[in-house]
Amino acid sequence: MGRREFLRLATGATAAKTLFCFAPLPALAASRGKKVVVVTFGGGARDEETLMPDGQENIPHLLNELMPRATFFAQVINKGILGHYVANASIATGVYETFNNFASVPPDYPTVFEYFRKDLKRPASDAWVVAPSNGFNLIGQSKSRSYGPGFGAGVILPKRLLAAALNATGLSKMEHLLHDNYETPMYTPELAGNDVELHRMAETLKLSVDNFTAHARNLESPDELSVYIARQLMRQVAPSILWITLHDIDIAHSGTFSLYVDAIQRSDRLCAEIWNAIQTDPEYAGKTTLVILPDFGRDSDTDPGGNGFQHHRTGDPLSRTTWMMVLGPGIRENVVIERPVEPTDLVPTLGALLGFSTQQAQGKPLTEIV
Amino acid sequence: MSPADLQPAQFAGYPPKARQLAIEHLDLLRRLPLSFVPLLLREVIAYDWKFPAERRELETQFLYLSELDTGQFQQVLKPFAKLQLSAELERANWVNEPTQFTEQLTAHLWTTRQIDQFRAAAVDYIHHLNVAKPQPSPPVPRLGIVLIGQGVSENTYRLFRKLRPHGVYFSKVNPADGRKMLMDGLVARATAHPMPFAHWYVDGGESMSCEGLSCISYQALDSLRAQIVTNITKVMESGVGPEALRTKLARMTPEDFGMKNTGGDAVLNRFQLSVLTEGSGTQIYSTTFVQWAARELLRRAQPLTLLARFAPRLREQSIKDLLAQERQRPLLDPQGSLRDADMGAYYTWLNQQRLSGADQSRFLVWFEDHSEAVAIAPSMKAGSESSEAIGLKELVSRIA
Repeated sequence: MGRREFLRLATGATAAKTLFCFAPLPALAASRGKKVVVVTFGGGARDEETLMPDGQENIPHLLNELMPRATFFAQVINKGILGHYVANASIATGVYETFNNFASVPPDYPTVFEYFRKDLKRPASDAWVVAPSNGFNLIGQSKSRSYGPGFGAGVILPKRLLAAALNATGLSKMEHLLHDNYETPMYTPELAGNDVELHRMAETLKLSVDNFTAHARNLESPDELSVYIARQLMRQVAPSILWITLHDIDIAHSGTFSLYVDAIQRSDRLCAEIWNAIQTDPEYAGKTTLVILPDFGRDSDTDPGGNGFQHHRTGDPLSRTTWMMVLGPGIRENVVIERPVEPTDLVPTLGALLGFSTQQAQGKPLTEIV
Repeated sequence: MSPADLQPAQFAGYPPKARQLAIEHLDLLRRLPLSFVPLLLREVIAYDWKFPAERRELETQFLYLSELDTGQFQQVLKPFAKLQLSAELERANWVNEPTQFTEQLTAHLWTTRQIDQFRAAAVDYIHHLNVAKPQPSPPVPRLGIVLIGQGVSENTYRLFRKLRPHGVYFSKVNPADGRKMLMDGLVARATAHPMPFAHWYVDGGESMSCEGLSCISYQALDSLRAQIVTNITKVMESGVGPEALRTKLARMTPEDFGMKNTGGDAVLNRFQLSVLTEGSGTQIYSTTFVQWAARELLRRAQPLTLLARFAPRLREQSIKDLLAQERQRPLLDPQGSLRDADMGAYYTWLNQQRLSGADQSRFLVWFEDHSEAVAIAPSMKAGSESSEAIGLKELVSRIA
C-alpha cells in the first residue's frame, strides 16, 4: 500500500485535491492575539515506524486524537542538509541554511522569531525556543544585519539547565551522562553563546532549582524535560511563538531499534500533552495553531549506502520525505494534503497566520492553511 | 593537485601491496576525476588488510575501468567529473589521506547541494560495474543464521514481522540443544568448504568455541572497547566536534592498542577495530555491535556462512535513573535487546541478499531457547506458517 493510499484509508480524510480551488482563509485580519506552537522532531522518524501499518501502534495519539483535528501534509520534502541543527535552523528561517551542522553558529538568514518581533514590535518575552542540545543554542537569532541582535527568541536548553542544576546541587558527576548529541556517542561540547543562565530560568519560569531537580527526578527522558519547561513557559510567560524541538528519537544513531521506537512513542504522547495543554490554558485555548513536523526522515532499509533507521546520511527519498500536521482554530480538520511541500514553507505560512512579513524566506505560504 | 599529476613516489607512504596496486594502475588513476579517485584510493590504501573478497572486488573495479574505451570511460565518469569541487578540496592531501578527503568531500557535497547528483552518479556507476563484471557465484549457497532473544523468558512482542513475508514461520521448534546443533552445522560447512574468512561466527556476549571458524565477540573485545572509549573521552575533553572525532577514530590502528598489524592476525585485528571505530553505538551496545559486525562482514568478507548471536545489551538510563544514583553496576535490558535483535536479523538478511547468489541463499532466525523461527530458502514458501514440531537440525537440513 502506498503512502498516500494508506493515509486516506487510515484517517478517512477528505481528498485534498478538492481543496485546491478554495480561497485562502481570512486569517490576516484576525491575527491579533493569535499564538503558534511549533513542535519539531529533531531526530527524524520514518514512515515504517509511524504512519505505515506496522508503525501505527507507535503513534496512537497522533493518529487517533490529533489527526482527525488536523490538516495533514503527507509529503514534506526536505531538500537541504540532513543534519538536525542546520535542518531546524532552515525550518526556522524558511531558507535552506548551509552552515556546518556541528558548528556553533547562528543561522545566516533571519529567523521567524526576528520577523515576528521586529515587524509586530513584540517584546523579547513573546518568542521562545526550547531546544534539545547545546548545538541549538544560537538558533534563536540570526547573523542578519537587518535583524539579529535584539529581535531574537530566548533559547532554553533544558538538558544544559539540568546539568547546571546538578552542579548546584552537588550532583555534577551526572552531567556527562546527559547525552547532548546522538550523532557521536558521549559527545558533550562546552556551551558557548547566550543561553539562559540558571538564575534567569528561576526568574523567568518562576521555578526554583530545587523544584526543577525534584521534578526531573520523576522524568524518563530529555524530551519530557523539554515539554515540562515548555509548559512552565506557557504558564508563566505565555509567548506568542513557542518552538519546541524534541530529540529523543535521535537515539536511533546508537543502532538500538527498541530505544528509537520507544522515543517515537514518547514523542507521540508528548505531542498529545502539548495539545491538551494548549486546550486547557486560557492564554492559549481557542487562539493557538499547533504545528508538528519531523525535521526530516531517516535512511530506508533498502538503501545499500545506509544502515536503515540508524542514520540519515544517504539523502535517499525516505530520509528527505516527512510529514507535517497543523491544528487549531480556522484550520480545516481531517484533511490530507497530497501535494509535495517543503519545510521552508512553514515560516511564510506562520507570517501569513500572525501577520508579519518574511521577506527573505524562500518558501511559500501553504494556501491550505492561510 | 590534479589526478593527472600523480607520480609513483606519492604512494611511498602506502603499505607494500597497496603501493604496488596503485603504481600498477597509475595511468588509470591519472585519468579519473578528482571527485572519484580519492574514493578509490581510500580502498587501495587499506588493500593489505582487506578480506579476499574485497581485494577481488577492487581488482575487478580496476579491470572494469581499464577495459572501457575512451567514449565509455567518459560516459561512465562524466557525472563525477561534472561535480564542482572547492579549491580547498583540490589542495587537500587526498593521496595520503583519502579517508579524510572523503569526509570533506561529503560535507562539501551536502553544503553545495550536490549530494543528490553524487548519489545518482554512484548508483549508476555501481550498476554499470555490476552489469559488466557480475560478482562470481558462491561455490555453495550462502547460509545466514541469527539467534535472538538470549535471556528472555517471556515475550509479547510479535517477532519476525519483517522476515515472515519472505519465508516460513515455524511456531513449534524444539529448542533442545539448539545452539550446539547450529554451531556443529557451521563447523561442518567450514570443514567441507575451507576458504579463508568464509565462515564466521559473531557473538554479542561470550563466544562459544569457534574452532575452524573466523569469529569475533563483544566480550572478547572488552579491553579494546574500554581503550577506545577512553580515547573518545580524551578527544571529547579536548573540545573537538563530532566530525574531528570521527576523523581521529578512523586514524586509529591496531598498533595503537598493542595489537598486531602484520601477519595473519592483521586482517582480523583491523576488522575488529573498524567495527568499534566506524560503527556508531558499537562501543556501548552489544546488539548494535552484532548487527554492525554482521553488516560489515557481509559487505566486506562476503561469507559463505555467518552465524550471528545477539545477547542482552546495557539498559539505557533514564533521567530518573541518573538522578537516583541507585545503580551500582550496569543493568541489562533483555526485552529491548530482543526487539533490537529482531530488526538486526532483518538487516542481516537484507545484507545477505545484496550478495551474489541471493536467489539461492538460505537464512534462519531463531528465538533462542524458544519455539519460534523463520526459515527462508528457495524450498520455503514465502509468507507461510508451519505448526509442525521440528528440531533445529532438521530445520537447517531442510533449507540447506
